[in-house]
Amino acid sequence: MDYDFYLSTMWSVLKALPLTLEIWFFGIAFGLIIATGLTWLRASGSKSGEYFTRAYVFVFRGSPLLVQLYLIYFGLSQFDFVRHSPILWPILRDPMYCTIVAMALNTAAYESEIFRGALRAVPVGQIEAAKAFGMSPFTRFRIVTLPIALRLALPAYSTEIILMTKATALASVVTIMEMMGTAQKIQHDTFRPIEVLTCAGVIYLLLNLSIARLFAWVEYSLSPHLRPAPDQSQQIKPVPEVL
Amino acid sequence: MGFLNSLKDQLSTAYELLAAGWGLQLLWGIGWTLAVTMVSMLIGAALGSLVAAAKLSHRGGLRFIGESYTTVFRGEPELLIIYLFYYGGTQILTGVARSTGSIGSTDILNMPSFLGGVLAVGIISGAYQAEVFRGSFLAIQRGELEAARAYGMSAWLRFRLVIMPQVLRLAVPGLGNVWQLTIKDSALISVTGVAELMLTANKAARSTHHSLLFYTVAGILYLVMTSISTPIFDKAERYTSRSFLRPK
Repeated sequence: MDYDFYLSTMWSVLKALPLTLEIWFFGIAFGLIIATGLTWLRASGSKSGEYFTRAYVFVFRGSPLLVQLYLIYFGLSQFDFVRHSPILWPILRDPMYCTIVAMALNTAAYESEIFRGALRAVPVGQIEAAKAFGMSPFTRFRIVTLPIALRLALPAYSTEIILMTKATALASVVTIMEMMGTAQKIQHDTFRPIEVLTCAGVIYLLLNLSIARLFAWVEYSLSPHLRPAPDQSQQIKPVPEVL
Repeated sequence: MGFLNSLKDQLSTAYELLAAGWGLQLLWGIGWTLAVTMVSMLIGAALGSLVAAAKLSHRGGLRFIGESYTTVFRGEPELLIIYLFYYGGTQILTGVARSTGSIGSTDILNMPSFLGGVLAVGIISGAYQAEVFRGSFLAIQRGELEAARAYGMSAWLRFRLVIMPQVLRLAVPGLGNVWQLTIKDSALISVTGVAELMLTANKAARSTHHSLLFYTVAGILYLVMTSISTPIFDKAERYTSRSFLRPK
């Protein structure tokens, strides 16, 4: 075993972790904004809004992220108006921004479905009770529907976040030197793919496991009402047999 | 209207390029994509059922192996697994061939790209299928298993007559999801040089400089593949659960 090689590889790949996290964070953040918009459009009840979101979800869930990434990075620059646009071109010629855009658009499709399901799963009785209290629609949404829906969406949302961590590796095919790209470079330089990819794999796995832990903790702390009551019998001192 | 003009140009060249032979190439690409997906699904089904059995086992060691398998292969980026099997396979094959002297000390024996890709995607698919099979097994009514035991059925007979038909029935919707996932994962093995749809679209885009056209066509073809699978799996679901349908 060549420990020095493992350690130096680990260290080189770890140095690319901030870049991976950057893609991950912005992809998720913009995805969340788009998903919120889509969910709102879908829930607003307008027919055209519903058709649009349905089509959006169909397209972005039905094709591979790689195709979407290539389409955005290589495809869109074919349009003259994109190349001459002062806003679009700086974004679409940069592989980093393109990856973030592709990830955000892709994850928004999945997330909007998660949020739609969560909104529908909010118990009707709760909403009726809020109406009976005379709450305005906004107050009702803010203090009844939203907290319940967020709690319900959390497990599926955490799965989607982990899928996004895995998706950041695709940035390496459009020349970004994040963790996967760095591992690829070391592997080509040393021709020891098994060792190098194992190192990168360990880091990705630890990253995903800690994200999963984090979400499990958030879920636990958001659902005190679902936990079993603490065992009372342990706290009461047994009555001594002989008084 | 720069947008409309360039769109019109794209459309008029689209027909010429597709008719000039790229259309046929893309059709071959679909064939390869479907071949990769089917073989991967089969590898995944074999591995997935074994792993599901391990995860449901009474033995802690087997359970640990099953847990680690599903955690690792669902937690790693697909691209990393594909590179690991393709380049790692090349590393092992080259090492073995060099030590036995069948190739020169500077030659490289490449992993067959189809084999490497299919193994990688199959193993990822297996991790997801294991969860599907495990869930379906847990959904079988306990009473049926106990009844089979009470009849004195052997473990194999119980598996063949009671467990397998029901697991298959309950697993169909989940397998449909894994199938869609595997179609999309198969696009990633273009990086190893299997001439499936994604790589064909890539080649076409690079050599004709019409990336928008070819990636759009590839995207549409993937959409067609994933949306055709939905009614097929619906049909399979109706077929496998025909004994549970209400009479018309």
